[in-house]
Amino acid sequence: MTEMDLLLWARGPGLTIATIIMVGGTLVRLLEIFLMGRKANLAAARGSATAGGLGTMIRRSIPDAGTFKRSTFTIVAGYIFHIGLFIIIFLFIPHILLFKSTLGVSWPGLPSNVVDATTVITIIALVAVLVHRLLDPVLRLLSEFNDYLVWFLTILPLITGWMAFNRIGMTGPSLLAMHILSVELLMVLFPFTKLSHAFTIWIARWYNGAIAGYKGVQS
Amino acid sequence: MSGATFERGYNTLKEQIDAPVAAFFSSCVHCGMCAEACLFFTETSDPRYTPIYKLEPLRKVWKQEYTFWGKLTKALGIAKPLTDKDLADWETLVYDGCTLCGRCSMVCPVGNDLAYMIRKLREGMAASGNAPEGLIGATKRAITIGSPMGVKLPALQAQIRGVEAETGLKIPVDVENVDYMLLLSSMEIMNFPEFIGAVGKIFEKAGVSWTISSEAFEATNSGIQIGVSDLAAELVQRIVDAAEKLKVKNVISPECGHAYMAIRWDGPNLVGKAFSFNVVHILEVLDELRKAGKLKLKDKESGSLTYHDPCQIARRGGVLEQPRNLMREMSENFVEMPEAGQMNWCCGAGGGVSSNERADELRIKVFNRKKSQLDSIKVDGMVSACSNCRIHLEEGLEEYHMELPVLSLTETIAEHLAD
Repeated sequence: MTEMDLLLWARGPGLTIATIIMVGGTLVRLLEIFLMGRKANLAAARGSATAGGLGTMIRRSIPDAGTFKRSTFTIVAGYIFHIGLFIIIFLFIPHILLFKSTLGVSWPGLPSNVVDATTVITIIALVAVLVHRLLDPVLRLLSEFNDYLVWFLTILPLITGWMAFNRIGMTGPSLLAMHILSVELLMVLFPFTKLSHAFTIWIARWYNGAIAGYKGVQS
Repeated sequence: MSGATFERGYNTLKEQIDAPVAAFFSSCVHCGMCAEACLFFTETSDPRYTPIYKLEPLRKVWKQEYTFWGKLTKALGIAKPLTDKDLADWETLVYDGCTLCGRCSMVCPVGNDLAYMIRKLREGMAASGNAPEGLIGATKRAITIGSPMGVKLPALQAQIRGVEAETGLKIPVDVENVDYMLLLSSMEIMNFPEFIGAVGKIFEKAGVSWTISSEAFEATNSGIQIGVSDLAAELVQRIVDAAEKLKVKNVISPECGHAYMAIRWDGPNLVGKAFSFNVVHILEVLDELRKAGKLKLKDKESGSLTYHDPCQIARRGGVLEQPRNLMREMSENFVEMPEAGQMNWCCGAGGGVSSNERADELRIKVFNRKKSQLDSIKVDGMVSACSNCRIHLEEGLEEYHMELPVLSLTETIAEHLAD
């Protein structure tokens, strides 16, 4: 298998397999949640569960002042790498071209050097997050293999992508193949690791807000 | 609580898991922010008090019973199953180190309602025989005697006679077809009988028809705090029967946080039937009277006062505005503590912690959080609407050598009532 064959496999069958596993696995995870069901609340409502649920889905992205003060690092670093990931995944022009060729939709992107700088910042934020996890007593107690695995799965495509863009280490096709394969690894494990929080937090926030909203509390 | 075994506990935990629990555990990214929301962590710096860590036994059951990956690793023998020892090891975290205050549920960035899950975990803990003695005793007394503190009807009657002698009012007992049936906590009956007189005075002036039932006067529900739903349901059913027998329109939950949660929000779900009457908190009734112009005060408290939100009334109960309206009505200088309202810090004694002697030292230690909150403002008094909070606040203030009177909102209003 030449490096070109590898790249072609990664871009073709590899991507198809990874997408099928990611989409199928995510659907299974969502079903696992929704099929558990929930008892109807028989207490007389004071407020709206729907308004509470929808409100919390949005509001929970913004911490209250006291919480921000107490968890500043976690919040700031978390914001940086999540926004960074968004910019890199969705606003890098070659990525937009991929979405256009596969999904048929496109949108404007950012200049490559901006995305390049964003990648460096995001990698630094993720490294800081890992160091924090290794040093903080609460995080050390909570952390398990899964937490380190998802960190690795997230940073790997950033590093390989940054290397591919800056042509570091290998020849062009090999670098690109490595980058695509690292993304596919993330996609395959996405439904079975904590990466799936990208979908499930909306359900969790919905329930939290709906439970509180029913009682007339804005959570 | 009899016949408690690990099997029963495990099966109970399995039954407790619903879609919200599955969504919550699926979403947790182990960020640790819930630790900073919990006074048991902030005041001890012990990472084991991190709220999501307290839920580890429930998470294990969810993972191994309800997720593809968990089932697979369990079948392959890779994952360690939940053991009786795990539950025993977690008992102090779940009962002594959590007041179900729900502050973590407001902070979690992925939206997990952790207090909702602790409440469920306690069901499994109790079913497996891993609940504290103090709470077991309180629940047994509530079922057999009718009160967690062992307060019987003659004791209530004696207190009512005392109140009647002092106020010259007639306290109505077992009167049918009235608008309101008042519940009381044992703590109020024994330590703060003035509360009964205060309600009597206010209702007399406002022309409200009300009664106390001799068959169901206890408002608290230790079945909920310990996590035994069938006993909790039995306690709720007594109130439902009494309210239906007396044909009242409303049942009033008194100045007690967990009592309000128990009867207002959990009650109908425990007995499996919507109530035929409304459940209202005494603060809601007082604020309605104020709005209707039936709560006339002759003067106001002159010193500066702050208000401590009982968790189950405010954050978990939704009664936030009413006490503030009432505070402004009766105080010339109402000062809010930082993070008051729905982000208020728990006193440290709710959720059954005060009935659990083993936790005495810990709850005094974590009171330091309330102290810091109070230190940042300078007030002449603190008002609250939960006699359990009140007892603990008084004890905490004494332990920390702080001189600050703790007042009941209802009682203080009654003192300023216009003649």
